[in-house]
Amino acid sequence: MSNAPRPSAVVAAAAVEPVGRVQGVVSTGALVWRRLRRSRSAMLGLGVLVVFATCGVLAPWIAPYDPYASDLENSLKPPSSRHWLGTDELGRDLLSRILYGARLSMVIGTIAVAIGVILGVPLGLLSGYLGGWFDLVVQRAIDVLLAFPSTVLAILLVTILGVGLVNVMIAVGIVSVPTYTRLVRGQVLSLKEQEFVHAARALGAGSLRIVFRHILPNTLAVLIVQTTLQVASAILSAAALGFLGLGVQQPTAEWGAMLSTARQHIQLAPHTLVFPGLAIMLTVLGFNLFGDGLRDALDPRLRV
Amino acid sequence: MWRYVLKRVLLALPVLLGVSVVVFVAIRLIPGDPAQIMAGQAATEEVVRQIRQSLGLDQPLPVQYLYFLRSVVRGDLGRSLFNGAPVVEELRQRFPRTVRLALASMVVASLIGIPAGILAATRHLSWLDTLVMLVALVGVSMPVFWLGLNLILVFSVRLQWLPAFGYETWRHLLLPSFTLGAASAAIVARMTRSSMLEVLGQDYIRTARAKGLAERVVVNRHALRNALIPVVTVLGLQLGTLLSGAVLTETVFAWPGIGRLLVDAVLARDYPIIQGATLLIAATFVALNLAVDLLYGLLDPRIRYE
Repeated sequence: MSNAPRPSAVVAAAAVEPVGRVQGVVSTGALVWRRLRRSRSAMLGLGVLVVFATCGVLAPWIAPYDPYASDLENSLKPPSSRHWLGTDELGRDLLSRILYGARLSMVIGTIAVAIGVILGVPLGLLSGYLGGWFDLVVQRAIDVLLAFPSTVLAILLVTILGVGLVNVMIAVGIVSVPTYTRLVRGQVLSLKEQEFVHAARALGAGSLRIVFRHILPNTLAVLIVQTTLQVASAILSAAALGFLGLGVQQPTAEWGAMLSTARQHIQLAPHTLVFPGLAIMLTVLGFNLFGDGLRDALDPRLRV
Repeated sequence: MWRYVLKRVLLALPVLLGVSVVVFVAIRLIPGDPAQIMAGQAATEEVVRQIRQSLGLDQPLPVQYLYFLRSVVRGDLGRSLFNGAPVVEELRQRFPRTVRLALASMVVASLIGIPAGILAATRHLSWLDTLVMLVALVGVSMPVFWLGLNLILVFSVRLQWLPAFGYETWRHLLLPSFTLGAASAAIVARMTRSSMLEVLGQDYIRTARAKGLAERVVVNRHALRNALIPVVTVLGLQLGTLLSGAVLTETVFAWPGIGRLLVDAVLARDYPIIQGATLLIAATFVALNLAVDLLYGLLDPRIRYE
């Protein structure tokens, strides 16, 4: 079926461009990037993300100390020229731990959201396209998942799975499944009545081909925006679990877990509390700023 | 209208059943013998056997579920492994405290969020608008527990104005409710702003201005009333989110509500409490969302139900 129509690029371009002002041969990607460049907040968000991602990747080379090397003589020291952000209760260098934490948070956020996408998107696609009893069953299951507040669902999942890095990613990932399923299903419901889908079907394309080759590419814009924002909330959820003692465990340099111990030293060493939290906030803010900008760039009609 | 209400209530029942299945299965998915887990590691063989029998663990799983459902409906959620108190009693004591905290946080969210949103919308694209939106974005990006710890650091440790722990007086309520309400305030501000901007662009607003009405009257009497409808919905839905956030806020401030109960129970592996607390939280969440949906119709007469 190599001659089946592939209108996805055309439709996507039309979706981002107000009718009557089609921009010829410029690719969608270039258009979106041009709009993104104009948004100061999106660029600020991207900048923050690039800084944190770079810190995460380069942590082993740029961290001034071993993040796990304790030095009890120098515990809970405030920021100084030797330790720029001070030391924690075991005398470990806070800056080094935050740099390694950046690596961990980026990995947790990305993998958790990938789990959500891998489970949620196909479910939403099939649920929306097939309809009938499949849709009914999936949607009721999603209703049940949504009946739990997200933090509570994550806690319940961690109770079953046990604590630790991998289980936190699975739990946070599963929590994001309903969002994706609902989002994609809604998109599919409106897309499947469009002409290019009818055309594909008339040419003999099977359900799976239509869903994955024709409908999925047209939901990508919305998916990309949602995913950017979802990584932000995944990082927050994972940090929350770490803080509650139900996530990544000590002594791993995870921002939430670091805050959990910092809490006990709030009087003596407030710097151990301030910096890891600031790191979480900036990273999440970066994703939110960039996600908002991306939404405006991909679909100007959504701008308020 | 009443048919619609009835239909929505009936539709919520299968969801609640689903919730009970999830919680039931979850507790049984925990590795190990549920009776041994329920009894605790130190329990004697006799106690474990008794629990196994009383839980009907010798029965097939669907039968066990029916037993479980029957006792839930009867209001019997078992006893805490920690202190042997009936779970229902524990929940009854703690739930009102969480409700108090969540309601206070909602007041915080409305008092900050709505005026901030109006301010931003009426000065659209000014520096004030940008500032409000930036603060709102920071508000949703901040870990709620970190905000709480910072407030303790400033107002309890340094300034010593407000207590960091305890729940008896309104002074104890200030820091936790601000902590919990801040993110919601940010969401409410964003919603109010965009809703106001939409309404301010309508023809009837232009008419009101053309009549020569003062801008204050246009905003308060004509725009706000219509703009607040979606905001009220968001506020209602936030109440559910607040329940979720209460888990963290209550942990930070040692607020003895249901969220803290849940976290302590998970850490102590007190399974009957985990079971009871998650059931209660989910049921409240479902009921709240349903109530918001139904209220929406009352607030906006333009919405008609089939």
